[in-house]
Order: sequence, then C-alpha cells, then structure tokens
Amino acid sequence: MALDKATVAHIATLARIRLSEAEQVKMADELSHILTWIEQLGEVDTSGVEPMTSVAAMRLPMREDRVTDGGRRDEVLANAPATAHGFFTVPKVVE
Amino acid sequence: MSLIEGRTGSWEVVIGLEVHAQIVSAAKLFSGAATAFGAEPNTQVSTIDAAFPGMLPVINGHCVEQAVKTGLGLAAEINLHSVFDRKNYFYPDLPAGYQISQYLQPVVGRGKIVLDLPDGGVREVGITRLHLEQDAGKSLHDQHPSLTYLDLNRAGVALMEIVSEPDLRSAEEAGAYLRKLRSILRYLGTCDGNMEEGSLRCDCNVSVRRPGEGYGTRCEIKNVNSVRYVMQAIDYEARRQIEIIEEGGTVRQETRLFDAGRGTTRSMRSKEEAHDYRYFPDPDLLPLTLDPAWVASLKASLPELPDAKKARFVAAYALSPADAGILVAERASADYFEAVARGRDPKQAANWVMGDLFGALNRLGVGIEASPVSAENLGAMLDLIADGTISGRLAKDVFAAMLESGDPPGKIVAERGWKQVTDAGAIEAAVDAVLAAQTDKVAEFRAGKEKLFGFFVGQVMKATEGKANPAAVNELLRKKLNG
Amino acid sequence: MTALTRLTMAAARDGLRRRNFTATELAAAHVAAVEAARPLNAFVTETPELAMAQAAESDRRLQRGEARPLEGLPLAIKDLFCTKDILTTASSHILDGFKPPYESTVTAQLWAAGAVMLGKTNMDEFAMGSSTTTSYYGPTENPWRRPGDNRPLVPGGSSGGSAAIVAACGALGATGTDTGGSIRQPASFTGIVGMKPTYGRCSRWGVVAFASSLDHPGPLTRTVRDAAMLLRGMAGHDPKDSTSAPVAVPDFEAALTGDIRGLKVGIPKEYRVDGMPGEIETLWQRGIEWLKTAGAHPVEISLPMTKYALPAYYIVAPAEASSNLARYDGVRFGLRVDGKSLEEMYELTRAAGFGAEVRRRVLIGTYVLSAGYYDAYYVKAQRVRTLIARDFAEAFKMVDCILTPTAPSSAFAIGEKSDDPIAMYLNDVFTVPADLAGIPAISVPAGLDESGLPLGLQIIGRAFDEETVFRVAGVLEEAASFTATPQFIAGASSSGGDIGSGHHEPH
Ligand SMILES: [Mg+2]
Ligand SMILES: [Zn+2]
Repeated sequence: MALDKATVAHIATLARIRLSEAEQVKMADELSHILTWIEQLGEVDTSGVEPMTSVAAMRLPMREDRVTDGGRRDEVLANAPATAHGFFTVPKVVE
Repeated sequence: MSLIEGRTGSWEVVIGLEVHAQIVSAAKLFSGAATAFGAEPNTQVSTIDAAFPGMLPVINGHCVEQAVKTGLGLAAEINLHSVFDRKNYFYPDLPAGYQISQYLQPVVGRGKIVLDLPDGGVREVGITRLHLEQDAGKSLHDQHPSLTYLDLNRAGVALMEIVSEPDLRSAEEAGAYLRKLRSILRYLGTCDGNMEEGSLRCDCNVSVRRPGEGYGTRCEIKNVNSVRYVMQAIDYEARRQIEIIEEGGTVRQETRLFDAGRGTTRSMRSKEEAHDYRYFPDPDLLPLTLDPAWVASLKASLPELPDAKKARFVAAYALSPADAGILVAERASADYFEAVARGRDPKQAANWVMGDLFGALNRLGVGIEASPVSAENLGAMLDLIADGTISGRLAKDVFAAMLESGDPPGKIVAERGWKQVTDAGAIEAAVDAVLAAQTDKVAEFRAGKEKLFGFFVGQVMKATEGKANPAAVNELLRKKLNG
Repeated sequence: MTALTRLTMAAARDGLRRRNFTATELAAAHVAAVEAARPLNAFVTETPELAMAQAAESDRRLQRGEARPLEGLPLAIKDLFCTKDILTTASSHILDGFKPPYESTVTAQLWAAGAVMLGKTNMDEFAMGSSTTTSYYGPTENPWRRPGDNRPLVPGGSSGGSAAIVAACGALGATGTDTGGSIRQPASFTGIVGMKPTYGRCSRWGVVAFASSLDHPGPLTRTVRDAAMLLRGMAGHDPKDSTSAPVAVPDFEAALTGDIRGLKVGIPKEYRVDGMPGEIETLWQRGIEWLKTAGAHPVEISLPMTKYALPAYYIVAPAEASSNLARYDGVRFGLRVDGKSLEEMYELTRAAGFGAEVRRRVLIGTYVLSAGYYDAYYVKAQRVRTLIARDFAEAFKMVDCILTPTAPSSAFAIGEKSDDPIAMYLNDVFTVPADLAGIPAISVPAGLDESGLPLGLQIIGRAFDEETVFRVAGVLEEAASFTATPQFIAGASSSGGDIGSGHHEPH
C-alpha cells in the first residue's frame, strides 16, 4: 500500500515525531516500500486461525497486595530534565 | 418519563455513565507502590509507575478479586478469559504513553443495577461492562504561570471502569444510579466511594432527542466528582444541546469539562484532536484466566447486598419499601438498624433510627460508624420504654443525654433519677394534691369541659417531674374526676 | 597478559580455581584489552574501576574457597540492560545521561554469580538493526576483515558491540538480546557462539524493551560450553516479569555429552532461499554430514510459513516498539528539547532523540495499529505467527532439533545496505522464525566463506529444550573445529590499531 505524505504527517503526529516536509516525502516513499513488501502476508489463508497473544504457555502470574515500593522520590526524579518542589514539570498544558 | 420542555416542544435526555471506581487495595494494580490518599507528591511512585526503561507490570491479584466481586455484585457475567490491552496516547500524566486497560475482552460483561425511585418503585439500568485499568497521575496546571506540575502518586492505582447502558433519562435518575452503585461498592468493600478524594469519578455521556426518535449526537463530560455535580452537569448539558438544535445548529461530538464554579460545561481544548488509541494486547502481560471454582467461591462469600436486604427488611420487619430503602442505602445503617430491631418492635426501631438518630448525626455531621449512641444503647433504651422504666417523653431526654455522653441509658436514668414512678400510692398522692389545688377547674370539668383532662395530666406530670407513668396517671385521674 | 584474554570462559574458571592466576590479573588483562579494542567502538561505556573492584572481591572469595559459578569472569554487557547508577543508553540519543536506579534481573544475577563487568556495549539503536550502524554513538567495527580488503565490516547486530568484543578477545563473554536474530546473526558475522534461549527463560525485567513479545536476552561467547555456562547464570524465573517461565534452570554444561546418536535432525527445505550464496548451502550440507557422522539422522522437513516470518515480524515488532518507545517523551528521563508548548516539546524531543531507523519503525508500528488498519496488519500478522509456531510444533513431532544456516550472508561493509531497509531486514530471514515462536536457537561458527569471513550454522530446538540444542551445538563445534581468528585481536602485538593485517591465528 502506498502511503501519501498526508498520512505520514498524520501518523507522525500520532507518534509525536516532528518531520519536515522533505522528511515526510522521503518517509512516505520508504514506508510505502516496506508496507508493499509486508503485504505478501495477504497470500496466507488465516481463516479460523487464532491470533497469537503470547508464546508463553502459562497463566498470568499474580502478586500479593503488599506495599513493596515507593518512598524514593529523589531516585524517581533524579533523571528528570526538569523538576520543581518534588514534581516533574512540563510546559503548561491547556485543558 | 421525564421530559424537558424546549421552545419548540419536549425533549428526552439520554444518559449513559462511565464510572471510574478506585479499587480498595494497599498497593497499585501493577506495582508495589502504595495507594493511600494525600501523600507528598511523587512519594508513592515506583519506577514501574513512572514507566522507566525496562520496567514491567505484574498484576495485583487482590485487585482482580475486587473486580470480580464487584461484577458478581452487579449480577454480571464474569468472563473467565479476559485480556489487558494498551490504550496509546501521549499525556504527561500517563508516563508509559499508554494506559493498561481492557478493551475488547473485559473481565466483567453485562449486568444490572436496580434503582430505587422516590415513590418506592424500582427501575433496572443495564451495565454494559466492567473492566480493570490503571489510573493516570495528576497534572497541576495552577501552580506556575508557564509550567504544569506532575504528581505520579495516583499513576497506576487500580480502577474499575463501570459502563452503563444509555438507559438513564434524567439527571435525577443519573443521581439515583450513582448513589446506588456507590452503595453496592461500599457493601462489597471494593471501593470506598469517596468522591471528594476522587475514588469515584464519573464521565457522563449526554445526548437529547425527540421522544421516540433515535439517539442524538452525544457529548462526554469528563471526570465529574460529586453526585450533585453530575446532576448539574447533565441538566446544563441537556439544555445546551436542546438550545443548539432548536436554533438550527447541530451538536458536535466532543469531550467537555464541567466547571463546578459556574455549573456549566465547556469544550476541552486538549482533547480536540481525533483520537486513535491504537489498542492492542499488552505483550508484557498474559491473558487473565479465572478458575470457575474460584469465581463460585467468591460468589458464595458475597455479603447480602442492598436489594436483597431491602426485600428482607420489608418482609421480616414489615417496613415500607421506602423506609427499607433508606435504611439499606448504607451497610452500616442497615447493620445498626438490625442490631436495634432484633427482638424489639421493628417499626419503633426504624422510627428512632431514621428520625432521632439520623437527625442527630446530620446535625453533628458524623457518619453512623461514629455515632455517639451505639446500636446497643439505643436498643437498651427501647427496652426501658417497653418495660415501663421510662416514658416515651422521657426517652427523648435520655436519647439527648446518650448523644452527649455516650453512656448507656440505664446509667443515665439511674444517675439522674429519671426512673418512671409506677408506685400507685405516690401517683395517687400527686393526683390528689393537684385536684385539691384546682377545685374550680375540677368543677368546670365536671360541668362538661372535658378538654381540661389534658391539663390535669400535665399538672400531675409536672408535679412528678415527668416521671409518673402516664397510663397510671390517666387511669387514676379518670377514676377520681368521674367518680 | 594477552594469554589470559585468549582463554575460554571455562578455562578461565578452572585457572582461577587452581590459582594459576588471580581474578585481578584476569580483569586487568581484559581492561587493557578493552582499551586496546577502542578502534572497534564496541563500547558505549567502559567500567574499568568497577571491574577491578569486583575482581578484588572475587579474589577474596576465591581465597576463602567460596567461589560462585562465574567468579571473577570478565563480561561485557549490551547497553540495553539497565545497570544501577551506570549510564544506560540503548545506543540512543534519547536516553542521554540516563542512569537507572535499578539493576536488570539478568545482570543482577550475573554479579551475584561473581561475574565482573567491563562495560556497556554498543548496539543498533534500541536493538533495531542487523549491523550496529544505527547507534547514536557510531558504528561498531567487526574485528574481521576480508583478507586484502581494508574496508571495515559490520559485526552484525543489534548485539554488535557484544559480538565484536568477544570475538576480539576483549571479554570472555557478553550479554545480548535477540528479537529478530540480534544475538545469532552477529555471532555468525564475528565467528563466535550466540545463544537465544526459550522466551521466558531469561527475565526481561530491566532490559530496555524493543518488542516485548520477541525480546530474548542471551549469551555471546567463543565456545558452546561458555554459552552453556553463561546462560545458566543469566536464566531463571523472575516474579517481576509476568512472562518469565516458572521452570528450573538445568545445568546446561552437563548436556554437552557429545552423544547425539539416534537424534533426528530436521532439515527444512524452505531455508534454501533465492540468492543465497552457494558456499552457505555447501556449509549447510557439511553440517548435515558432520551430524550424520556423529550418529544423528537428518530428516527433510517442511516449515511452509518460513517466507512469511519476516513480513509478520516487521508488523509485530514495530507495533510493539511504537508503544514501548512512547515513554521516551522528555519528561522523566533522558533528552528533552524545549518547545513553546508541550506538544512541541514532545515532537522536537522525539525527532532529535530517535535515529532514522527507529523513527521508521515507530511510524510503521503506529500505522499498523491505527484505526482501520489494525485487523489487516497486526491481527493478520499474529495469526501468521500462530501458523509459524504450528509449523515448528508439527516438525518437532518428527525431529529433535533443526539445522539451518544462521544468516544468508557473511559480514558486509559498513554502509553497504543502509540505503535499502528491506535488504537489511533480509539478514534475519533464518533467525526471525525462532523469535516469533519463542523457541531456543544457537549459532555456532562453522567455517569461512570464500572471502575469508566466518559463517555460522543454527540449531533450533523445542521450547525449554536448550539442552538438546547445546548438545548438538557441541558436536557441531567439535566437528567444524573452527580455529580461525579475526584480524583484530585486542592487545595482540600484531594488531593494535592496524586491523587490516589479516592472518588467521588459532585460539
Ligand atoms: Mg472512558
Ligand atoms: Zn477508563
């Protein structure tokens, strides 16, 4: 399937990656090429086949309801590009 | 059917509610950080909640149990196979860039809630589903002129999203639905229902239509956090939509925010972009499979829920459905009532609990759990009335004293000497004294002015400081006045 | 000191226990080798002080007779494993300065077993690649060169730094991760052993995620025995990873009996792909003969879904990656590029932080998950994946393991395939199926191609039957007696920075 520039611009917005006009054009071309190649999957008859959810043949393991973590704000904030008064901070969001 | 009158005719409101109920648990849904309310910012955050590289979720089994219990309490289908999906979107209080939720295969399917209508009747509202998901963190937009502050304490806390069918037709019904849902959750102990602390938040889907027509375009009002606000928001939103349509416009499907200060709703700027959540099964988790025997054992261990309790109260205590409905709304008041009513006159117990007690608690602003008058003491007081130790009139004073001191009624009566006088000789002496002092009134009575009887009763009671047994006083007075 | 770096891990273990040398001496030799190997650009971060401190502790333990299984053995760690307070980058600009406040389960187990850390190795950014050329920190060079040709070659990828440093004798072994072939293909390209165990055998906790359902940590070593040793140290059930298997870890070394008599070895006809060099086909035939000579029975089998594995992979892996990489948003760690608004900050940060291949895959992943395309791409690919796993399950009813080439080519020059993503993706055509099915597979160096570059053969086994895989790999290794060494050996007097001299030396 051929992807046009507008579609690339849309998915780049969904993915929050800024692309210049030129990059959108180049990306549209590359992604179209890859998607066309991927679409050979259409040859496979998958009717009645369950999609795989996990290769692990096991049940979801569960934790006990115990507090075992937290209380280490400094560690949690230490890598942050910006913090104030114990909060992470970002440019103001307008709701 | 409750309709809204517009300029051009009447309108029907169609409402569906999505309630986010915080699960009562010590730790979060996928991490071991605490869930307690009101902690210092970012002190209840694990590197899993903050979505650090390489961090993985492991589910809290207790939260699964709470969700299944809730499903059973809503008479819903429990899905033995359900799937956790990722709901992908960017927002700073969503650290991973996705919320772990359940989309196509939730843990709980269709169920129902029975609404108690003010006239004592009932109405059934369909539950579409209940799914497990994690909460987001908190964004504080008002702390700094150009920055938003982020607190991730709430990020990852376990929620049940409970979605209703669009079966509600008025703000009042929506309010009744929320109160009933909250009541069930509290009975089950799966959510504390505390709306001020955000443990119960409501998204309202509202649309309007002409009666009999198909559904109109709906707007979703996000995160309304009190029953009153929900009702206000729905009323405002319905009128807003009616006005738009009546003026020839069309309602735009959008997400709106409730402004509690103004009682209005407004469009949310940050949600304008068309959503594409790109749901897919979370590859860090396996499908959730439940053992049918385990579900059955949970079902067997459920407490008696409000509807069943109400029916039993009506049948066993001969209460009116309306009174029973009021008593069962909170499990604590139902338990209180039953402790008082057991082995006593249930009607009298209900009157005291719903009248004097609820009134007093309301004035004091405390819940029934913190009532200064225990159920045991109120019951003991009813016993004192029954065995004639105190009169109904004296009981009001005893109750007031119990409210103040928390003491048992026996102690109060003994200390204050409020024991009813039943000694026939003492009462007769008091009666004789009153009749002797009021000879002209006695003459008037005997001449036919029979309403004076009450006056004599009052005088005797006054003379005995209210302690005389009223029945004995009546009997003696009649005998002496008519004799 | 050079001799110490030429030891196998097993020999170094024995030497330490016999007090032939100390852990400090062994570590010092490797620290020097790592320094000497800098022209390869195999490391993002070297940790020599840590290595010497760990070695000193190992010597104390050895003296007390309290040696742990990997006591004093110097290892390199792929920079995808989070290491507490040590820079962890996934070779991406977006993780600038990131020092995790935690240690991955796999590395924590290695340190608890006494291993010594030399540093964090270079890789394709976020493990997306087959050449270690997409790293923000520049490409890693393969220590091998074509004799008479001075062009630097890729070490394969994404675990290229790990493979290069082990091949160049700068570390006794290394950790890698394999999502589409990222352990086995670089092992093949550098003439070493690379083992991808069963999904769930090694914990993913603390490993920077690329594609969660496909990421497999595993070892890269110079011998099969070393791989068995190292995997034992890395493996084990981890309650912090919901997909970690609650199964016991066997003594993989004990499986190296050399006896494969009566074993049925599947030879899948679909692995004869168009354009595969004749010499790879020839080597494969030789492998079949070796195993036959050792008493195994080759059985022709069919894995009909083989050709669809790669396109299915290029839907599932980018889809998961697009979601896994959403957390790199400039808020809690790593790079932030300021913007006037939150949205601008997000977009600029992620545009600057992610390289071209990562951007490409995140966008493909976003697209295939987006409304209207999800069923046609993602669900379809997961159905095909079920069929691929079914192919293997059917085959394993008839055979005990499967023998194939590891990669359709030997190492290529840096920059050679970088303008054609699909040509690059085709590197993983033989390795991807085992990732999609989550079953164990190993690459063993088996010979050289006409240009003098190493080629590997792959053994694929049943889920949690690494023991059979190791046993057959051991026999293959013995029969191939691959003794060629790369042109560049760290610290060897003949090499140094001149890595084009090109003579083969025995181990
Ligand atoms: Mg919702
Ligand atoms: Zn929700």
